[in-house]
Amino acid sequence: MTVGELPLAVRRPRRIDPRWLRLGGWLVLGALLCVMTSTEEGTPSDHWLVVRTALGSTKLIGWLLAGAIVWALLEVWRARGLGTVVSGRTAGVRGRWHEITGGRRAHWLFLGIAAVAAIVIPQFLSEFYQRVLVDQVAVFVLLAVGLNVVVGWAGLLDLGYVAFFAIGAYTAGYFTRALPVKPPFHLNPFVILPVAVVVCLVAGLLLGAPTLRLRGDYLAIVTLGFHEIVQLFLVNKNNWTGGNQGAFGIPHFSINIFGIHYQWTLASLPYWYLFIAMLAVLVFLFDRLEHSKVGRSWTAIREDEVAAAANGVPTVKYKLMAFAIGASTSGLSGVLYASRIGYINPASFPVVLSITVLSYVIFGGMGSLVGVIVGAALLTFLPAVFQEQNIVRQEDIPMWIGAILVVMMIFRSQGLIPSRRRRRELGLAAQGVSDADAMSETPEGRA
Amino acid sequence: MTSEAPSSSSTAVLELRGLHVSYGAIEALKGVDLVVNEGEVVTLLGANGAGKTTTLQAISGLLKPRAGEIRFHGERVDGIPPHEVVALGIGHAPEGRRVFPLMSVLENLRMGAYRFRRVPREELDRVFGLFPVLAQRRNQEAGTLSGGEQQMLAIGRALMGRPNLLLLDEPSMGLAPLIVSQIFDIIQEINQQGTTVLLVEQNAAQALKLAARGYVLETGTIVMSAPARELLSNPRVRAAYLGEGAE
Repeated sequence: MTVGELPLAVRRPRRIDPRWLRLGGWLVLGALLCVMTSTEEGTPSDHWLVVRTALGSTKLIGWLLAGAIVWALLEVWRARGLGTVVSGRTAGVRGRWHEITGGRRAHWLFLGIAAVAAIVIPQFLSEFYQRVLVDQVAVFVLLAVGLNVVVGWAGLLDLGYVAFFAIGAYTAGYFTRALPVKPPFHLNPFVILPVAVVVCLVAGLLLGAPTLRLRGDYLAIVTLGFHEIVQLFLVNKNNWTGGNQGAFGIPHFSINIFGIHYQWTLASLPYWYLFIAMLAVLVFLFDRLEHSKVGRSWTAIREDEVAAAANGVPTVKYKLMAFAIGASTSGLSGVLYASRIGYINPASFPVVLSITVLSYVIFGGMGSLVGVIVGAALLTFLPAVFQEQNIVRQEDIPMWIGAILVVMMIFRSQGLIPSRRRRRELGLAAQGVSDADAMSETPEGRA
Repeated sequence: MTSEAPSSSSTAVLELRGLHVSYGAIEALKGVDLVVNEGEVVTLLGANGAGKTTTLQAISGLLKPRAGEIRFHGERVDGIPPHEVVALGIGHAPEGRRVFPLMSVLENLRMGAYRFRRVPREELDRVFGLFPVLAQRRNQEAGTLSGGEQQMLAIGRALMGRPNLLLLDEPSMGLAPLIVSQIFDIIQEINQQGTTVLLVEQNAAQALKLAARGYVLETGTIVMSAPARELLSNPRVRAAYLGEGAE
C-alpha cells in the first residue's frame, strides 16, 4: 500500500525552518546577556527597572547584532560542511600530536615544563596575581585533585567535600590555640598537616562506612547533609568554635629544625611554593595509586560493580578508601588555607563551595589528573583576570562560570582534558551498555 | 553419569537449607533446599522470575539471605561478603556475562584472579586451553567481543579464581544454538577437570544432557528434584521446559 491509498488525510503540522529557530535562540540569548551585563539594579518598588533600561538602551542593538553574527557564521559553517572539512584537514596533524603527546617520555617532559613554569612565572607577576594564585588557584586545584579520587576514580558523588576542608581548617585552628577550646599542647602547622589528615580520614570513614553500603544517590544526599551539619556545628557551638566570628590569629607555617629557620609571612610567593610542593607530592602519589591494584579495583567497580564484587573485589572497602583519601586531601588543603589566611569562620565553607569544586572537576575532565588541575586552575584564574581588567563584574562571575559549564556539558560533556578510559565509559553508559560510576545499586546493599 | 542418590552429606560441596531471600517485602526464595556433591554438574531449572539468579547471588554473597543456611564444605557461608566467598573457592559467572567492557581480555582474566597476589600462570594456561579464542584476542577490549566470546570470557574469568565450585548463570542466554552447544561441551570439560558445577539454565534440554541431577524451581520453591534422566522423561518437565511436541 502506498501513501496515496491511505484513507486518512494526514495534516502535517506547520514547521518552522530550524535555521530561523536557531536565529531566534541567538537573538534571545543576546538580549538576555544585555540584561545580565547591565549595571542598573532593580529597586524594591520597581523590580523590572534593570530589564527596561537594558532593553531600552542602545547596547541592546550591539548584543542583538553579535547574536546574529554568531548565528550567521555558524550557519555558513554548517552549510558548507566545514566541520568535516576541518577535521579532515587536521587529521594528520592531530595524529602526529597524539603520537608525540601519547608517550611516556612526553608525559614527563610536559610535567617538567609545567613544574618549571609554576616555579618561574609567578616571580614576574604582580602581587595581586600572586595572591590569586595562592588563595584561589592553589587551594582549589588541591581540592579538585582530592575530589577527583572520589568522583573521577571511584565514581562516588560527594556533595559535602568542603566539609572536610572546614574540618582540616578548624583542626589547624584548634592545635594553634586560635579556638576558644584549648588543646593540651601547641603544634606547628607542619605537624598539624598529618594530624588533620588523620582527623579527616577518620571523619571520612565514620561518614562513609554506613552510607557507602547504600545506593550511590543516597551518598550524595547524606554528604550534602553532612556538610550542613558541620556548618551548623561550627556556627552554634560557640564556646568551642567561636561561632560566627570564627577563629583569628592562626600562625603561619615555620621551619625550625636542624639549624634551618624559615618563617612564612603574609607574602604570597612562599605559600605558592608550599602549595605546589604539596600538590607535586599528591599528584605523584595519586598517579601511582591510579595505576596500582587499587586503581584497577576502582575501574572495575565503576565499570560493573556487581561483576567486580563477584570477582572478589571488596567493593565497600575500596569505595571507603577513595572517600577517605578524598576527605584527607580536603583536610590537608584546609590546614594550608587556614594558616595562609590566618582566620577562619563558618562562612568560609558554604555548601555551595562543594558544588563549585565538583564543577571544576567535571569541567576539567573527571578521572584525569591533568584535566582537573587545568580545569580548576582555569576556572579560578581567569575570573580573577577578567575582574582585574574590568571585563566582568565580580558578582557576575558565578553566572559566567555557570554558562561556561552549561555550554561545556552540551558540546564536550567529558570535560576539557578527559582521561581516555573515562570518556569511553561515559560513551558506553550513554548507550546503556555499562556503568560509568558507582551510583547504581550496590550488590551488598539490597537484602 | 553417577550419583543417583542425592545429599550424602559427606561429599556435599554445597548445601542450601531452607533458604529465604527477599527483595524488600517481596519474597523471591521461600525455603530452597539444594545439594551439590563433589564433582557433579547440577542444574537448576526454572522460568523467568522463578528465583534461579537470586539463588546463585545468595550463594556468592551478592545477596544476604533472610533465613536459612548455605554451607560450603560443611561451613556456614551465608551472610559473608562476596570477596570472602570468592576466596573460599566459589567462582560465579553472573547472568548476562557482565565482562568489564573497556578492559582487555587479559585484564578481565586478571580481575578474575583478583584474590591472588599475582596471576597464576597455570590458571591462565588452563583458561586459554579451554578457550583458544580468548588467547587469540587477549589484547582486545572485552566490549568488542561477540556474545559467545564474552560468555567464554565470563566463564574463564570465574575460573581464574581457582574455584572448587563454579556457579554459571544462564551461559546460553542470547546465543546461537551452535555456540551454546560449544559452550556446554566446554562446561563438561571443566567438570571433567575436577570442578564442581552448579548450572542455572532455561535451556532445559541442553542442561539436562550435561547434568547428573536437576532441580526445578518455581516461584521461589523447589518443586522437583531428580536425576537428569528422570527429569528428561518427566511429562510435567517436558511440557513446561522442553516445549513438548516441538521436537
